[in-house]
Amino acid sequence: MILNALTMIPGWVPELDGWIIVIGALAAMSAASLGVFIVLRGASLLGDAISHAVLPGIAIAYLVTGSRGGTTMFVAAVMAAMVTVFLIETLRRASRIEHGASMGVVFTAMFALGVVLMVSAADQVDLDPNCVLYGSIELTPLDAWDIADWWIPKAAVGLLFTLFINLSFIILCYKELKISTFDESYSDSMGVSTRLMHYVLMTLVAITAVASFESVGSILFVAMLVVPVASALMVTARLFWVLVFSLLFALSSAALGHLSAVFLPQILGYGSTLTAGMMAVVAGGLFAVCGLIGPRRGWLVALWRQRAFATRVLEDDLLKFLYRQLESPTKDSFGPVEHRLSITAVAQALHTPVKLVQSAVQRLAQNNEVEATVEGVRLSAAGMKRAQTLVRSHRLWELYLVEQAQVEIDRIHDKAERWEHVTDEKMRTQLDQATSNSTRDPHGSRIPPETNHPS
Amino acid sequence: MTPISEWIDPVWRLVTLADYNSRIVLMGTTMLGISAGVIGSFTLLRRRALIGDAISHAMLPGLGIAYLLGNWLTGDGKSLLWLFSGAITSGLLGVGVVLLIRHWARLSEDTAFGIVLSTFFGAGVALLGVIQGLESGHAAGLESFIYGKAASLQSSDLQAIAMMTVVCLLTSGVLLKEWTLLCFDENFAISAGYSRLGLDGLLMVLVTLIAVTGMQAVGLILVIALLIVPAAAARFWTDKMLSQILIAAAIGGLGCYLGTVGSALLPQLPTGPVIILITAALFAGSLILGSRRGLWWRWRRRVQWEHIMERQHVLRAIYERYEAESLTGRSPASDQIRIQWDSLQAARSWSPVKLRRAVDRLQVEGLLSCVNQELALSRAGLAEAERLTHQHRLWELYLITHADVAVQHVDQMADDIEHVLEPAVVAELEQLLQEGQTPLLQSPHHALEGRS
Repeated sequence: MILNALTMIPGWVPELDGWIIVIGALAAMSAASLGVFIVLRGASLLGDAISHAVLPGIAIAYLVTGSRGGTTMFVAAVMAAMVTVFLIETLRRASRIEHGASMGVVFTAMFALGVVLMVSAADQVDLDPNCVLYGSIELTPLDAWDIADWWIPKAAVGLLFTLFINLSFIILCYKELKISTFDESYSDSMGVSTRLMHYVLMTLVAITAVASFESVGSILFVAMLVVPVASALMVTARLFWVLVFSLLFALSSAALGHLSAVFLPQILGYGSTLTAGMMAVVAGGLFAVCGLIGPRRGWLVALWRQRAFATRVLEDDLLKFLYRQLESPTKDSFGPVEHRLSITAVAQALHTPVKLVQSAVQRLAQNNEVEATVEGVRLSAAGMKRAQTLVRSHRLWELYLVEQAQVEIDRIHDKAERWEHVTDEKMRTQLDQATSNSTRDPHGSRIPPETNHPS
Repeated sequence: MTPISEWIDPVWRLVTLADYNSRIVLMGTTMLGISAGVIGSFTLLRRRALIGDAISHAMLPGLGIAYLLGNWLTGDGKSLLWLFSGAITSGLLGVGVVLLIRHWARLSEDTAFGIVLSTFFGAGVALLGVIQGLESGHAAGLESFIYGKAASLQSSDLQAIAMMTVVCLLTSGVLLKEWTLLCFDENFAISAGYSRLGLDGLLMVLVTLIAVTGMQAVGLILVIALLIVPAAAARFWTDKMLSQILIAAAIGGLGCYLGTVGSALLPQLPTGPVIILITAALFAGSLILGSRRGLWWRWRRRVQWEHIMERQHVLRAIYERYEAESLTGRSPASDQIRIQWDSLQAARSWSPVKLRRAVDRLQVEGLLSCVNQELALSRAGLAEAERLTHQHRLWELYLITHADVAVQHVDQMADDIEHVLEPAVVAELEQLLQEGQTPLLQSPHHALEGRS
């Protein structure tokens, strides 16, 4: 159905565009799988550095062989990438300059060297620094093998192989990669050489980079090494799931990227544009979405959590206030439970706008924790229980702060006020055990008993 | 004309800025190198060396949009003002996104750079793709922003670079103290009442200015190099902020000047890459020869230090042999005592070569004589050996009496520290241990052995 719909649109050739998406997705996932560890190791700009630094390798291969492709060029480019990685690391260790600076020095110098070599090599033929290795994803389906009526682009096979190698490495060395990424010294002490892992990882990065440059262009690799991983980090903190989400985001960036490359400019009235660029843009768009609604660090999610917490704090404060109103001045006995307080009075006492208090009361009434009538609001049995728990937490904390932490008495209230909302029963038991047997807090108020075993 | 004067003449004309065209190019690139060196010093010490990378890539979509808009509005998308403002706007937008990602998503700076760089650049590539598909024209003019066109800089470009340089140098002069504080102690700068966002933002605006004017001259990639390489090279020469800035400016200016001259002499080579290669060579030179952190000096200092330590170890070992001999009845000051080479060799795990060299150096100093594998201290040598042994034992005793270190560990620990004991410290130790009056301490090892 969708495929049928796609064929209706001018400029869409299923055989070509399907393969472009497949190849883009393979390249994107190869990069993203390694990208997880690159980003976590703080070398996010390595893709950009390598994409410029392979130039001298290509130039030298060209000067030696005189041809513009093939295995020699691939190997030479990988070698140049490895030299770059090695130089960056060596320079950083030898000179103790910042990682970014050593990266910047090495890759710009390599790039300049490459341009100079290339320009001097290009006396006879047209050798554009931009085009030798930097393939174009639009052209990949045309360079294909014809196997038993199946039309399989070479790039797809090569990238599938790359993805396979990368994933096997990650699966086989998952534990080693994990500890060497997160804790270098622990890793070394466990006998997992961080340096060895570093160089194996970097070799794979170099191979993947060159394989991607050759078939789909550099921008896709540079983007997919970082952006899907960053999006995944917005969603989850578990390494395994970061990996899974990175691959997913890479896949969807590739698919959506090509679709938007074909259709978006048409909508705006221009011809179609470059797919690789749009794949990067879509990956950035996915990051923006994850940055807003990612469960782990999304901005809106964080805002929503803050609001939810603020709401709970207001509810807690309201219940506590009602509870304290019932206590007698000596705080030993309770007044009549039937006593009701008007919402305006509550709002005034809590220094909170009436509207907020009204909605809090509504929510509490839905939970049967308060009973609200026209005359006012009062605690129900369930609300009484929750309030008692809160007051108990508060006064236990105050006692603890004075007895165990030697905090002055006029500074304990604010701390207890903050912590009471996040204190559970286990914590209260611990506080109770850590403090003396006193039934009164430092201000002299009674500490109510735990609610589920009344005393 | 002789071949040499054929060579010298164009060089002379270049160096003296005789031609109008080469004057513009030379002045433009040199000013660019100077201001990039100055601003790069701040970004490097702010640990944001690659900010130039992110910003210059982030400018590409702005160029594309400015071109499209300009084409649509005025029919001429390639006017410099349009393109400049487009590039600056999107560069600053990129900076804004970096700050946003840092603040809200709490990702590390380099990841934020990576996201902005690749996404913006991708958008730029896509826009250029659209432009190339247009019938009205192609992106040929925009290519010069990516690869630079130093050789064809015009006076309008020179004016832009000159204005940028003045702005950069003035701002750095005015904000030297604030930025330095921000680089070295961010929290103190904040508590002193400076706005971190304001200072950082201004720095990034200046980086953007350099990037946009530099892109014209040396290209997108190479302006990144100018922002990093001279500043990183200057780090090997100094620790002081002001000299760091001056040296970085000098290296940047010199690299651009020499690179431009070089590429003018070899016309087939593009200017930008040659500038970067020369600057990289200056970096390599600084890495090796730099007086503060240069590898050669660090190596020299280490070797000298090893020599000092070996000299002291050899003298002390010989003195200890002397003491052992004197226990058998002869005075340590006697000229009769000869130490066998082998027994000295056995005193420590010296390699024969190292020991031979140390002994040779002592002989040159006139402290030691070595005849037929037999060693003897001169009068001066004996005094020096006695002084060193005294220091060693003072420190051992201090460790035992004041630092509660077990006797079997003190020799090793004293070994580590005795070489850096200054006369003042020795005097203090003597006073502390009230052993000043005795010319030489007994080794605590022997003393304790005797007591037990």
